[in-house]
Parts: sequence; structure tokens; C-alpha cells
Amino acid sequence: MNFNATLIGQSITFAFFVWFCMKFVWPPIMNALEARKKQIADGLAAADRGKHELELAAKAAADNMRDAKVQAADVLTQAEKRAAQIVEDAKIAAKAEGERQLAAAQASIEQEANRAREGLREQVAQLAVAGAEKILRREVNAQAHADLLNQLKAEL
Amino acid sequence: MSGEAHTSGEYIKHHLQNLVFGQHSDGTWGVAHSAAEVKEMGFWSINLDSMAIAIGLGLLLMFLFRLAAKQATTGVPGGLQNFVEWVVEFIDGSVRGSFSHQNAMVAPLALTVFMWVFLMNFMDLLPVDWIPHTAGALGVPFFKVVPSTDPNVTFGMSLTIFALVLFYSTKMKGPGGFFAELAFQPFPKFLFPVNLLLEGVGLIAKPISLSLRLFGNMYAGEMIFILIALMFGGNILLGVFGGVLQWAWAVFHILIITLQAFIFMTLTIVYLDMAHSEHH
Repeated sequence: MNFNATLIGQSITFAFFVWFCMKFVWPPIMNALEARKKQIADGLAAADRGKHELELAAKAAADNMRDAKVQAADVLTQAEKRAAQIVEDAKIAAKAEGERQLAAAQASIEQEANRAREGLREQVAQLAVAGAEKILRREVNAQAHADLLNQLKAEL
Repeated sequence: MSGEAHTSGEYIKHHLQNLVFGQHSDGTWGVAHSAAEVKEMGFWSINLDSMAIAIGLGLLLMFLFRLAAKQATTGVPGGLQNFVEWVVEFIDGSVRGSFSHQNAMVAPLALTVFMWVFLMNFMDLLPVDWIPHTAGALGVPFFKVVPSTDPNVTFGMSLTIFALVLFYSTKMKGPGGFFAELAFQPFPKFLFPVNLLLEGVGLIAKPISLSLRLFGNMYAGEMIFILIALMFGGNILLGVFGGVLQWAWAVFHILIITLQAFIFMTLTIVYLDMAHSEHH
């Protein structure tokens, strides 16, 4: 074992390499490792969060679906009720209208009948007067018996 | 075997000799061509092979990791980034497991120690003659390939770590607190010379054991590779047997080089944790 200045040279070289490693090698690699570790952890956390959100969204969608079904059923029931109501109303209205028209028709028939009866009465009265006139022509002065004739006409 | 190494002993010695640059006894500067010349150069010389490979591997390491660090994004990582992140997370886990204080330097230190020591040990898996022979052909007399079989390298690292231990011990506990830790336990205060001796030995044993463990393991492993390589100089039967042995030892050595790098890193973390802790 010969000791010589190699001892010093090696010490200096060693110190230099340690310094270089400490300054330029170790920190960037450790930083990269730490950053990647953090990135992976973040990614996993994000994935978990995403999964959780997906579950929530699925739940919300199912809720919405159920609500929509209930609402649709409500709407359907109401619509049916309303349709039945409309049909019922229409029936009542139609019945009322029919009765009204029937009554109007009966009233007008009655009027017509009254009018015909009135006309007939007039004609019968005239016929009766005319007959009476022919019978009584000679002895009855039309002027003298006008009152009597009118009275008769009114009684017919 | 290279030119001047003929016997087994010379072959082994040649493989264990560093390429040393320093001042010759005649005053000129240059590369030592023999062990005797190395001795004459004394302390102020430098092992060119250890330094070149250690620095080269360190630069390669820092280049690759810096590349990955620059490309680091939070997106899907590529191949290099994946590997680097895997290593970084492994180191980070080790540091979190053994180091219980706040210090931004410890994890990068552990990363550098682990990867650098691993790469330096890894050179052991290259067949022992490749690089020395290539170097020999280029006129370079010696070339020791594995920097971690050079005690200068392992001690250079462990002493730097020891300096950090002393620095943080003083910084976290204060000079008085650090001294108290060394002098006033495990025995009562009036026995402080005994305490100081015990704790002092314990303290100094840390860097020595740290570097000698790595050095010893890698040196022994390299030595076995060299001994196996000697077989290739014998007859064909011995050569084939040597090939099998080399393969088996290399497979086993993959475990050893990783384990030694891991132990070096873990002990570095533990020593620094002890330096930060109030009592241990």
C-alpha cells in the first residue's frame, strides 16, 4: 500500500462529484418523482370523484324519470277526467238544446193552429152572415141590422 | 503477459502495480517504470490509472444522471430515466430508512457513493489482461484497472466522509457536545481518559474500516482473477479449467461488487446519522 497524492486527488474528485450530484442531479429527479406521484394521486382522486359524480347523476336521472312518470300519469288521468267532463257537458247541452227546439216547434205549431182557427172562424162567420143575408135579403135591411150582424159575428 | 513480466510472480506484481507519475530521483518528472522508482517518488506522486478511470467513470455517471435529470418529466419515463429513477428511489429509500435527520446532502452523497463505487468495482469484471495489455502495447508500463483496489482511492473517499462526520458532529452538537460524547461516556466522567481512548479509537476506526473493507474485498477479488488468469499460461486443460473458474468467479463477483458498493453507501449514511444524533 503506497500512499501518495492520489489520496488527495480522489478526495477532491469525490467532493466535486457529490457537489455536482447534490446540485444538478438529485433535486430535478426528486422533483419529477414527487410531481409524478402527486399527478397520479390527483388522477386517482379525480377518477374517484368522477365515479362518485356518475353515481349521483345516475341517481338523479332515475329520480327525474320516476317524477316524469308520475307526472305523465297525472296528466293522463286529468285528461281522461276532462274528456269525460266535456262529453258529459256536451250531452247536457245537447239535451237542453233539443228540448228548447222542441218547445219552440210546439209553440210555433200552436200559433199556426191558433191563426188557422182564427181564419176559419172569420170565414165561418162570413159564410154564416152570407147565408143569413141570402135568406133575409128581402126583409132585412142591411143597414138597419148592422148592429145585430156584428154582434153575431163577434159571437162566432 | 506483457513484455517484462515472465514469471508468475512478476506477472502478479505487474498487475498490482499502479501507473505512477511523479518526480524521479534525478529531478525529472515522469512515469515510474518499476516499483523501486515508485518508492523513490514518495508521497507527491499520483496514480494516473486510478485517477483516470475513477474520474472517467465518475464523469460518465454524472453525465448519464444529469441527462436523465434534465429530461425528467412527470410523463411516462423512457429507458434511461426509468433506470435512474429506480436507482434514485432505491437510494432515497435507504436514506429514509437509516438517516433520521434533515440534510439535503446525504441522499446525493449516498447516490454518488453507491453508483461510483459500483462502477469502479465493476471494472473488476473486465478480463484482467485486456486493458494492461492494450496499455502495454501503447508503451504504458503499468495499468491497474480497478480503482477500488487502490487504497488511495478508498481512503480518499472514506477520509472525505470522515471529514463530513467531524464537520456535522461539531455543527450539530457544538464542539463541547462533540467532546462530551467522546469523553464522558460510556464510563463516568472521572474516567474520561479511558472514555476518550475508547471513543477515539471507535471514531478513527470508522473511516479506516470503511475504506479497508472495500479495498480488501476488491483487492482479494482482483487477486483471484489474476491467479486464475495465470492458468491460461499452462496447457489447454488448465486453460479451459481456468476459463470455467473465471466465469464462475465473475458471476459470484457481480454479487460482491454490488454488495460492497451497498455496504459502503449504507455505512456512509449510518455514520452521518450518528454524527447528527445527540447520543448513540
